[in-house]
Amino acid sequence: MPADEIQLAHRGTWHTVCRYDDLLPGRGVAVLLDGEQIALFRDRAGGLYAVQNRDPFSDAHVLSRGITGSRGDIPVVFSPMYKQAFDLRTGACLDEESAPDGTPARLLVWPVRLAPPASR
Amino acid sequence: MHTPTAPPRDLVLVGHGMVGQRFLEAFHERPRPGWRVTVLAEESRPAYDRVHLTSWFSGTTDDELSLCAPEFLAEHGIDLCLGEPATAIDRERRTLTTAAGRTLRYDTLVLATGSSPFVPPVPGHDLGGCHVYRTLDDLAAIKADAARARTGAVVGGGLLGLEAAGALRASGLRTHVVEFAPRLMALQVDECGGLLLRRKIEELGVTVHTGAGTEAIAAGPDGRVRSMLLSDGTELDVDLVVFSAGVRPRDQLARACGLPVGARGGIVVDASCRTADPHIRAIGECAQAADGRVYGLVAPGYAMAETAARQLTDGEGEFTGADTSTKLKLLGVDVASFGDAHGATEGALDVVYANSRAGVYKKLVVGADGRLLGGVLVGDTDDYATLRPLLAGAPLAVPPERLLLPDRTGAGPAPLPDEAIVCSCHNVSKATVRQAVADGSASVPEVKRCTKAGTGCGSCEKLLGTLVAGELAARGVTASRGLCEHFTHTRAELYEIVRVKGITAFSRLIDEHGSGEGCQICKPAIASILASLANGHILDGEQAALQDTNDHFLANIQRGGSYSVVPRIPGGEITPEGLITIGEIARDFGLYTKITGGQRIDMFGARVDDLPRIWRRLVDAGFESGHAYGKALRTVKSCVGETWCRYGVQDSVGLAVELELRYRGLRAPHKIKAAVSGCARECAEAQSKDFGVIATAEGWNLYVGGNGGTAPRHADLLAADLDRATLIRTIDRFLMFYIRTADRLERTAPWVARLDGGLDHLRDVLMDDSLGICAELDELMRRHTAAYEDEWAATLADPRRLRRFVSFVNAPGVPDPAVRFTPERGQIRPVRVAGPRLEVRA
Repeated sequence: MPADEIQLAHRGTWHTVCRYDDLLPGRGVAVLLDGEQIALFRDRAGGLYAVQNRDPFSDAHVLSRGITGSRGDIPVVFSPMYKQAFDLRTGACLDEESAPDGTPARLLVWPVRLAPPASR
Repeated sequence: MHTPTAPPRDLVLVGHGMVGQRFLEAFHERPRPGWRVTVLAEESRPAYDRVHLTSWFSGTTDDELSLCAPEFLAEHGIDLCLGEPATAIDRERRTLTTAAGRTLRYDTLVLATGSSPFVPPVPGHDLGGCHVYRTLDDLAAIKADAARARTGAVVGGGLLGLEAAGALRASGLRTHVVEFAPRLMALQVDECGGLLLRRKIEELGVTVHTGAGTEAIAAGPDGRVRSMLLSDGTELDVDLVVFSAGVRPRDQLARACGLPVGARGGIVVDASCRTADPHIRAIGECAQAADGRVYGLVAPGYAMAETAARQLTDGEGEFTGADTSTKLKLLGVDVASFGDAHGATEGALDVVYANSRAGVYKKLVVGADGRLLGGVLVGDTDDYATLRPLLAGAPLAVPPERLLLPDRTGAGPAPLPDEAIVCSCHNVSKATVRQAVADGSASVPEVKRCTKAGTGCGSCEKLLGTLVAGELAARGVTASRGLCEHFTHTRAELYEIVRVKGITAFSRLIDEHGSGEGCQICKPAIASILASLANGHILDGEQAALQDTNDHFLANIQRGGSYSVVPRIPGGEITPEGLITIGEIARDFGLYTKITGGQRIDMFGARVDDLPRIWRRLVDAGFESGHAYGKALRTVKSCVGETWCRYGVQDSVGLAVELELRYRGLRAPHKIKAAVSGCARECAEAQSKDFGVIATAEGWNLYVGGNGGTAPRHADLLAADLDRATLIRTIDRFLMFYIRTADRLERTAPWVARLDGGLDHLRDVLMDDSLGICAELDELMRRHTAAYEDEWAATLADPRRLRRFVSFVNAPGVPDPAVRFTPERGQIRPVRVAGPRLEVRA
C-alpha cells in the first residue's frame, strides 16, 4: 500500500507534492508550484500547514528551514533569518505588524491535506 | 395541536462592504430565528478588506482579503445576492427593486451603500488609462494598465492617494502625486508635518505637486491618456491616472425615495442610526451621523453597524460620533494623527519637536487647562500608543515637552491615568489591565486572553508589555529565570535533568518537564545539551528537527538564503595541495572566498543542493567539517611558533593543532574560540579567546574567559607554567564545567565573570577538585573524543541524511530561483532585492 500523499490547493487545484513520510515532525520542506515557493510543515501531532516560503523580513525564500513550535496555543514557525514568529494557521506575524517594505507582515497560506483514499 | 408562529420578519441589507459585513456579524451574534436576511451586493464578490486593499499589489490574494467566510452565510441562512444592486425603494409598500428586476419586501431596510470616489469633472477624466481606487476590480484594471505604462499620476494627496502612489511606485512606474491643497494629507497633518512627509516621499522618487489642480487630461493617438495639464502650468507626460480626490456618500437610493440627506450628502440618521423613516437605517460612509459628520474611516462605520444591529435586536446602543485618530505607514513613512490635530479648540497651544535631519516631526496640542487635546506624529509614531490614551484625560502630569523629546533617559514612560484607554479596538483601560494582573494574569498573553486588549489591530502591544511588566514588578513578581515560555528551568538545570535521567529525546523532555511545542530558543538549546551528552549524529532522529537551520544543513545561512562552507583547517596550518583543492572547488561551484578571522577559508554562495557535492570533494581531499555553523569549538588560532619564528619558545602550531583536533565537534552553550601563542609577544591574540595558551620558557600559561565581539574582555590567567598534560587536562575540565553550568548562549567571558568565588573558585574546582566532579568531567571529555566523527563524512555516507539537501521536495534538482548573485571585485555577491520594493524602514 502506498504511503499517504500530501496535497496542496494552489490556484483552485489540488497538487500532490510529497509523501507524508517525507516530512519530519516539527520541520518543514519547500515546495515549488507554478514558480511559487511554499513552505510545508508537519507538527508533532501530525498537523499539516502550508505558508509562503518567502520571509518578508529578509526577502529570502527560507521559511521552510525555520524551527517550528508554539507560542501560547498558536502553532508557529520562526524565521531562520531574524527569528520572527509566524502563526502557521493564518500566516500572521506575531512579532511585528509590518515588513521593512511597509507591507503587512503576513504570509500567504495554502490549504493542505492528506490525499483522500479516492485519489489513489 | 397547531402552534401559531409569527411569519419571519424580512431584513434587507443593501451593500456588502466592510460595514455591511460587520452589521451582519453583530446582528447574528446570537441566533435570530425570527428574521429572514437578504443582502444585495453590487460587486461580484462578498465583503472584503478595503483598508488593506493596497496589499493586493504585493501578493495578498482576493481570498485573503475576504471578510466573509462562506460558512458564515450558510450558518445564519443569509441570502447574499452578488452583482444585484438595489435600484429603487418604495417606502409606502416597503419594497425595493433590484437590478435583476426583482421586487423584495422588507420590514427593516439597512442601507450600507458606502461612498463613491469623487472624480473631478476635468476634460479627459474618462479616457482609457484613467482609474479610481476603490474596489478589487479597480485594482485589477490599474495593474493591467500599469504593465504597459511608464509614468503614473495620482490626483489627490490624501491618505488613499498616497496608498495609490505607493502601489504605482511598487508596480515600477515613475509616480507623480497632484494635490490641490498646499500640503499632503491636509486632513490629518499640519503644515510642518506635511512638509516632512513630502520630503520623505520625494526621497523615494515620487514627485509631489501641491497647491496644484488638474486642468485637463489629454489623449495620445491611441485615444488613451498621454499627458495632463496642472493649474500651475506644469504639463506631465503620463500614461496612467488614478483619481483619489475624496469620496462622496452614495445616498442616491435614499434621495430618490425622499429621505432627507445632509447639505454635503449623506443620509441623515439619528443616534440609533435610523433615517427619517423608522423602517430604514443607514450606516457607514453613506450616512450623516447624529453629530452632522460623514465619517470616511472604517472604525466609525463599524461602530454604526454595531449600533444598528443592537437597536434592531435589543433596542439599545447609540452612535453620536467617533474619534478619527489614525496611525499608519504610507510609502514606508509612519504617520499618526489624533484628537484635535489642528489645534482648532479655543485657546489651544502647540508643543513641537522637529528634527528634519532625523526625519521626525511631533506636535502636541494642549488645552489652556493643560489637558492633551491632540497631536501629529510624522516619521516616528512609537509614542502614539502612549499619547492617544491621554486624550481628554486629566491635565498632564508631566510637562508636555517631556512627552516629545526623543531622549527621556531616566524619565521613564509617561505615567498613564487609570482611566486611559490602552486598547482602543476593545476599549480596555489601564485599570482593567491592572485588575487582570491583580487577578493573577502573569504575562502579556494571559492579559490579552482575559481582557481582549491587544487582540485587535495590535498597535498597543508594546504599551501593554510595558504596563504588564511594570505591574508585575510592582507586585514583586520576579521574572522567570526559565529558558523560555516552554521551560521554567534554566539551561544548567535542564542539562542536569537530561544527564541524570538519561533523556535522549526532546519530546520526552518537553512532555515531562515543559509545556507546549517548543520554540527557536529551547529547541536549539536542548539540541546542544543532547549533543554535548549523547554524541549522536545531530541530523538523526528527532534531533534533526531541533537544530537551527545552520546545524540542520551543516552550513551557515547567509543573506538571500544561500549558505557558506568552512572546512576545518586545524591551527590554521594548510598544505599547498589543500589550498589548491579549496580553490578548485570554489572555482567550480562559483563560490565567493574569504579568509576568516580564525585562520581558515570561508566559501560563500552555495545553494542547499550544492552542499553535498561540495563536501564530497572536500571530504575526498581529507577535509572535515569546521563546525562554523554550530555552537561548538570553532578554531584554535596560532602564530607560527618556535619552529620558524626567531622569538618563539614553544611549538605553538603543534599544540594548536592538537587542541583543535581534541575539541572539534564539541557542542557548547555558545561558540568557543581559542588560540596558542608561541611567546609572550602574543601574535595569536590568545588573551581575547575563550581559552588561550601562551608559551613560556618553562611550559604554558592558560588564560580563560576572554572575548572579542561586542563586549570585549581580556582573559584571566588561570594557571602558569603548566606542562602539556596538565594544560590539556585543565582545559578539558574547564570546557566541560562551562558546558554543564552556563546559561543558553552565554559565552565563557560572562560565565567566568559571574562565577561565585571568581577565578579562585574555578581553580579550586578544576585543579584541586573541590567539588569532587573532576573524574566525571574527565570521563565526559573522554567520551567526546572517543565518539567524535566528522559530521559531513557521516552525512555523505547516509542517503537518508542526504535527502534533505534539495531546494524543493516536489522538484529535486531544481535550484532555488530566488538565490541570485551579481559580480563584484571579480567574485560573486548576493543580489539584494527581488522585485520592486518600497522603502526599507530604518
